[in-house]
Amino acid sequence: MNRLRLATLWLDGCSGCHMSLLDTDERLLDLAAQVDIVYSPLVDAKDFPEQVDVVCIEGAVATDADEARLRLARRRSRLLIAMGDCAVTGNVPAMRNIMGAEAMLRAVYLESRPLKPQIPADGLPHLNEQALPLHHFVPIDLFIPGCPPAADTLFAALGGLLAGIADLRLDTRFGA
Amino acid sequence: MTTPILTLTIDGRPVSGLATETVLQVAGENGIAIPTLCFLDGLSATGACRLCMVEIEGSAKLHPACVTPIQEGMVVTTQSERLRSYRRAIVQLLFAERNHVCAVCVSNGHCELQDLARELGIDHIDFPGRYPALAVDASHSRFVLDHNRCVLCTRCVRVCAEIEGAHTWDVKNRGIRSQIVADLDTPWGTSTTCTGCGKCVHVCPTGALSEKGRSVAEMQKKRPALPYLVANRAEERR
Repeated sequence: MNRLRLATLWLDGCSGCHMSLLDTDERLLDLAAQVDIVYSPLVDAKDFPEQVDVVCIEGAVATDADEARLRLARRRSRLLIAMGDCAVTGNVPAMRNIMGAEAMLRAVYLESRPLKPQIPADGLPHLNEQALPLHHFVPIDLFIPGCPPAADTLFAALGGLLAGIADLRLDTRFGA
Repeated sequence: MTTPILTLTIDGRPVSGLATETVLQVAGENGIAIPTLCFLDGLSATGACRLCMVEIEGSAKLHPACVTPIQEGMVVTTQSERLRSYRRAIVQLLFAERNHVCAVCVSNGHCELQDLARELGIDHIDFPGRYPALAVDASHSRFVLDHNRCVLCTRCVRVCAEIEGAHTWDVKNRGIRSQIVADLDTPWGTSTTCTGCGKCVHVCPTGALSEKGRSVAEMQKKRPALPYLVANRAEERR
């Protein structure tokens, strides 16, 4: 049997969507029997592999590095799922779009009078002026709104994909 | 003189209503749901949000159901692919216009804009967000006005003027720059006309108006029984 090659990617988000995925509890065993998790913050693979069937992406695109990882995932995956509100709308990371990256960094790291005022830069990708949802960069096959989407919603989505259901009607909403 | 009763067709169903009624009212009485946002029973209808637009046979234009009186023999369609696409575009534009961050909003889970998106199957926003820098007015001792969540439905303006009789709220500027203002654009807390009744807060469809101290998803609006208030007032005056 050909097992579905599943990847998950964590961009500018809080990891809450990944936590929600884990929150499917014992149903993870059913899922694990049908898929190979080939890349994810939850497993040890270092590079995004070739020929991925489904990639679930959490978080907004906040840096050039995020954009590069997103585009690589898109190229190497058959189906791309925008998982959760940050990936779908920008959500909380996009709240800084009102003031821009520079002003936000200054407000947090300099103007809030910390003990050692400095904007962190070493080894970190440069923040884009705006954090934006995934569909501003690549085509998306399925949007799953929610902050985070309920474990049931994520399980229904993955279960539906495994069962080959083309038109998934998910019971979720922005902010759910 | 009695009001004549007219018969018409809505979504293929023969229905009837009083000649003074609107398409929205008659549809509602017959269990036919038309999405609305600015409309609220008991307040004057403005036809501002355009979500209740319907098709009427013989007319190339779309008509807002909340301000369109019924006519004898009228044939109305409330659901079509064209109407759905317009309604979806309207709701998406509202999301893109200001900063609606459902996940951290006081009205999360109790919001008419959020519900509309869900009902219309909107799972993302096609338009780029504007991310405007908008103020939050927390100067009132009990309430907060967050312009980031406002959809300019003007329910607050109308309930304050028409029901409370204070007319504290109004709208300044035009088009995309429109904004709700208290009195002559003063902080809400310094308003000399506001009675602090809170009706505006409870008719607001989103998290734009809320009670102070409410955290995420904690603001559940209690819609005042406006038609009841209006009916009692008319009784007294007679």
